[in-house]
Amino acid sequence: MSRLTELTIAEARTGLGAKQFSARELAEAYIAAMERARPLNAYITETPEIALDMAAASDARIAKGETRPLDGIPIAVKDLFCTKGVLTTAASHILDGFHPPYESAVTEKLWQAGAVMLGKTNLDEFAMGSSTTTSYHKPTENPWRKPGDNRPLVPGGSSGGSAAAVASHAALGATGTDTGGSIRQPASFCGIVGLKPTYGRCSRWGVVAYASSLDHPGPIARNVRDAAILLGAMAGHDPRDSTSAALPVPDFEKALTGNVRGLRIGLPKEYRADGMPAEIEALWQQGAQWLREAGAEPVEVSLPMTKYALAAYYIIAPAEASSNLARYDGVKYGLRVAGDSLDEMYELTRAEGFGAEVKRRVLIGTYVLSAGYYDAYYLKAQKVRALIARDFAAAFENVDCLLTPTAPSAAFAIGEKQNDPIAMYLNDVFTVPANLVGLPALSVPAGLSADGLPLGLQIVGRAFNEEMVLRVGDVLERAAQFTHRPSFIAGER
Amino acid sequence: MALDKAAVAHIAALARIRLKEAELEPLAAELSQILTWVEQLAEVDTADVAPMTSVAAMRLPMREDEVTDGDRRDDILRNAPQSARGFFAVPKVVE
Repeated sequence: MSRLTELTIAEARTGLGAKQFSARELAEAYIAAMERARPLNAYITETPEIALDMAAASDARIAKGETRPLDGIPIAVKDLFCTKGVLTTAASHILDGFHPPYESAVTEKLWQAGAVMLGKTNLDEFAMGSSTTTSYHKPTENPWRKPGDNRPLVPGGSSGGSAAAVASHAALGATGTDTGGSIRQPASFCGIVGLKPTYGRCSRWGVVAYASSLDHPGPIARNVRDAAILLGAMAGHDPRDSTSAALPVPDFEKALTGNVRGLRIGLPKEYRADGMPAEIEALWQQGAQWLREAGAEPVEVSLPMTKYALAAYYIIAPAEASSNLARYDGVKYGLRVAGDSLDEMYELTRAEGFGAEVKRRVLIGTYVLSAGYYDAYYLKAQKVRALIARDFAAAFENVDCLLTPTAPSAAFAIGEKQNDPIAMYLNDVFTVPANLVGLPALSVPAGLSADGLPLGLQIVGRAFNEEMVLRVGDVLERAAQFTHRPSFIAGER
Repeated sequence: MALDKAAVAHIAALARIRLKEAELEPLAAELSQILTWVEQLAEVDTADVAPMTSVAAMRLPMREDEVTDGDRRDDILRNAPQSARGFFAVPKVVE
């Protein structure tokens, strides 16, 4: 009983099925862990009553032999997914008090599969950031600290609350969203697994929109198998999202065969960019070596447009954001600041309701879409994006997947890089290309930095081939044997 | 592209974000830095490249044009900062 929060999703599923413990007991263990994790500020809203109700429903189904795939599994939901009747903030002041009248497609699927909602997790405001420090609800702390150094570190972002909750055992799994690396980079910073599926695999319906052509919902978990299980429940066609793919959802767990013999693994030479830290380069080579020892064949590939991906991203994402965030006008929901005229009310509401980074991106986006500049910025970026897609298509003619580092560094201190937007944007240098082209990408913890902090490796696959990405990730995970633990664990030991 | 204070004020007006006078100068510097950085894309030859308009190689699905949801006025108004007689309420627009 005391070690329930140590179980993986697969193990908890087995234990629940064998009636070794109840969904209620598992939920209670996680509710207690969630309370102990409060110093991390991983959750914006805790929903213990909902968790206990859902657990009771799971116990009833299990007793009747009608168990669903995720029955009794307590998970955290990034506070960017609308949850019916439960406060949804996007970590922004401007959504104060917003209780959605509907449930997002992905969370609806999770609850239908029997999962149990623990609460809503913190993020960078509107998912704009790589550190979970731009949240209106205060930063989230990484459960990891450098040995001998007590400074709090960022959990990465934007899904930093979900990553910190899962890494500290204050949730068994979580949902995230990834627009430029927001699932994979926090997974790397927190020593856990994060999967950005193919664009269209998980419905965006009911996810607060940031940049619609780049937003990807996906799972965050403690290992690759758990990520596969969660993805199976989150994925699937949804007619309410016009870009949702009408494809069957495979049994992703079955992809974990442990066999990568004969697979060709591409190492993009352009990722060996100037100034890649030696320890990141070494871990990358180690990852290639592990796959070689498992029978795969690492080969060098070229993605010549790589160096332009970040610049294209920082035109396209703010452009789409400026359009999506036009809806926050003080009329329909959230914050309103009174003004003498309608326009003044809009301006004052948006001035007070948006934080500095959101304003920066809305202004950049407004500018690059404005008359006279659209061609030079937005259209140019969409052309470069087409060239980036060509690069990937050419590379995938010769390889089955790509292996790269997830992020150019380990977690940094809260407050660092805060005054230099471009230094912050560079966190996403290895993750952004997969968003621009919509390909599935997984981050797996692979080692520790010299400072004793986790570092991830990323596997990128062909469109709708999450199975390949998970299969290779599983082999990498077994080889890396990453058993290190953060300095703070909220779950019982 | 270097933006000056007047350009930032114009963009902010388009974006309906009220900025204080003291915010204009630092934002002009930050936004100029970001724009200068993204302008490296000018190096790329895109003469014969069509802009990417869709991430997935798919046609947008078609469906019957019929009502599938509705009658939820009160649900929707519940989140409004101000409503009156079943409508969203805003400051007076027409005299």
